[in-house]
Amino acid sequence: MSLLFAILLYATTLLFVVGLFQRIRGYANTPVPLKIPTTPAPTTQTGVVLRMTREVLFFESLFKANLWTWAMSALFHGSLALVLLRHLRYFTEPVWGWVALIQPFGAYAGITMLAGLGGLWARRLFVERIRYISTLSDHLMLVLLMGIAASGLTMKFITHTDVVAVKGFFLGWLHFSIQPLPADAILALHLFSVMALLAIFPFSKLLHAPGVFFSPTRNQTDDPREKRHLSAWAAKLESEN
Amino acid sequence: MADVAAPAYRIIPIIPALKPGAMEGKGPFVANEKINEAIGFPGKMAENWQETHDAVIAKMGELLSKYRSLKVYMDACVHCGACSDKCHYFIGTQDPKNMPVARQDLMRSVYRRYFTLPGKLFPKLVGARDLTREVLDEWYNYFNQCSECRRCSVFCPYGIDTAEVTMAAREILDSVGYGQKYSNEIIGKVHRIGNNLGLPGPALQDTLEGLEEDVKDATGIDIRFPMDVKGAEVLLITPSADFFAEPHIDSLIGYAKVFHATGTSWTLSSMASEAGNFGMFIGNYEQLRKIALRIREAALELGVKRIVVGECGHAWRVAYSFWNTLTGVGDGADANDRFAQMLQKQLDHRYKQPTHICEFTWDMIQDERLSFDKSKNDKHIITFHDSCNVARGSRMGDFAGGQFEIPRNIIKAVANNYVEMRDGTTREQTFCCGGGGGLLTDDLIDLRVKGALPRMEVLQETVDVHGVNFMATICAICKAQFTKVMPIYGFDRRMVGGVHQLVSNAIILGDK
Repeated sequence: MSLLFAILLYATTLLFVVGLFQRIRGYANTPVPLKIPTTPAPTTQTGVVLRMTREVLFFESLFKANLWTWAMSALFHGSLALVLLRHLRYFTEPVWGWVALIQPFGAYAGITMLAGLGGLWARRLFVERIRYISTLSDHLMLVLLMGIAASGLTMKFITHTDVVAVKGFFLGWLHFSIQPLPADAILALHLFSVMALLAIFPFSKLLHAPGVFFSPTRNQTDDPREKRHLSAWAAKLESEN
Repeated sequence: MADVAAPAYRIIPIIPALKPGAMEGKGPFVANEKINEAIGFPGKMAENWQETHDAVIAKMGELLSKYRSLKVYMDACVHCGACSDKCHYFIGTQDPKNMPVARQDLMRSVYRRYFTLPGKLFPKLVGARDLTREVLDEWYNYFNQCSECRRCSVFCPYGIDTAEVTMAAREILDSVGYGQKYSNEIIGKVHRIGNNLGLPGPALQDTLEGLEEDVKDATGIDIRFPMDVKGAEVLLITPSADFFAEPHIDSLIGYAKVFHATGTSWTLSSMASEAGNFGMFIGNYEQLRKIALRIREAALELGVKRIVVGECGHAWRVAYSFWNTLTGVGDGADANDRFAQMLQKQLDHRYKQPTHICEFTWDMIQDERLSFDKSKNDKHIITFHDSCNVARGSRMGDFAGGQFEIPRNIIKAVANNYVEMRDGTTREQTFCCGGGGGLLTDDLIDLRVKGALPRMEVLQETVDVHGVNFMATICAICKAQFTKVMPIYGFDRRMVGGVHQLVSNAIILGDK
């Protein structure tokens, strides 16, 4: 059983890393023939870095669009970040100081993460416009994330699993040495869900995470008059003249 | 026109309920064989559907490999709904397929089916669908209900710009002989005659001479409207509507007065008598480039030092954002970039190239080379409608947001009464007039009237509160659209006009 989990985890991690790398390479290698920043846009590279930082950390555009969606999504993503950082303790020995420090926050972040996801799903279910544009996979992805959060919280607050053994398993897994994993149904559900998420990441809308960095309307400098911007395929048209 | 009625106003802010199918239909008139073939597109769709199907998918693959925007935007949308209540066509028509996300999904569903693994394996699950004739007809209808105004892209957390998707869709449709009559016919005219309105050189010369006489009668001063003058300092590129349409022509007179009062030598070009570039509307890079190249040729031939662009929204986006790329009108080309250097060496880089007429006028006002009698505009209580392509696709001046400040500064310099419309409907959040992006055609009048509704509602509010009686704007399409639809909403058509129309009213000519 432990061996099966270990192998599946290797496989899905590999799929995640290779798949994501491929997509990112695809984005990076696709030309951008024209200057299309949504203006007003920063006129310097530093300004672009700041704009992107505000976009990625604070969801600036979403804030302008809809406060409810912004609040729910900020709650979810912020909590998720804390939860992920908290999980570093399963992969480090000794546990880094700051990771130890955030443990209590990380545990409660699981609850706020679930609340955020619930809010986002409620919008999808009850707001007519959002319901109209939602596909089955949009709903299922929220269910999957809520399943991950709920199973994690169950192990933290209700039916404790043997976290020392879990940590032993993951430390060994990192060095390709298979250690026993507790035979716990909730833990199995938690890990399966996480693996499912990793596997679909490079093929789904979860690509919004790397995608935002490649969005020309957000990452271009507003300097078309000062500097000639020319892509390779467009330059070729010039030599044909 | 009698059968077109204005929809009722509602309480602002407005998030309308959905009316599925409200704007279903065949879309605008389809371009005929002659129109399409004149600009190098297939005349009509293949008899055999499979042939069209394969060509559409192949073209989509090609565009995905040429445009990072399209590739990222097809993947990144999470259906969060941030854009869902932002499109003026959705707010005005309530058709859910006019929500930006739903419009993109018309294409995204096909992308998922043919270009992604989950869509190939589980189409139902991820909302993927086969490309059928019905799907293509739906594309034609709804991608011709987008004015490429980019309002949605302001609010998208990933910056997804529906304009990019619409342009790709129209490019694909054109590539299989399913183009739109209005845009393609105009592109043919600009190549054949030199401007969108099909006004030949001699007729244009006559018009300008007539204009000189009219202005002389009105002011007693010889204001020139020169054409094809070699060695002039400034080449003015302006939308051809400025030559005879109302109220456009009043702004053209305004530009001429500014040039006259500042002693600037300037010229128009008969070869490039059009700032508009409908190549952008149909998303076709080759057309966009070919149309823009006329300006390069005219600039080289006339040996001008500066290129100034008149009041035209999409033309300013093309000029500001794309001209340097397409034609070399700009600065900062590589030393060994001979194509761009040829022109850039000729231009005077103490000035931004190209320059918007508002930048030109504002610079002159700041240098105290113009003076005004502001009381000449006292009959107007003025508000300013930001045009979408200027607001969200370009800039003026040397700071971000100059495109908002400079036209307002000019208005305040030439008039005493100025008020803003409601926040959230101006500057980068401005509503499109409802007629941009290649939709300014009578066969889309129903859409145009409904698309103008959000702006009309806000304007009416400003009229009620502040007594506004003049809405200034710097776009030929805005002017044409508003003069057509505003009477339907019960406004006087003369309520809309250009910023340089106000400049023209107040400018003090003669010795200074």
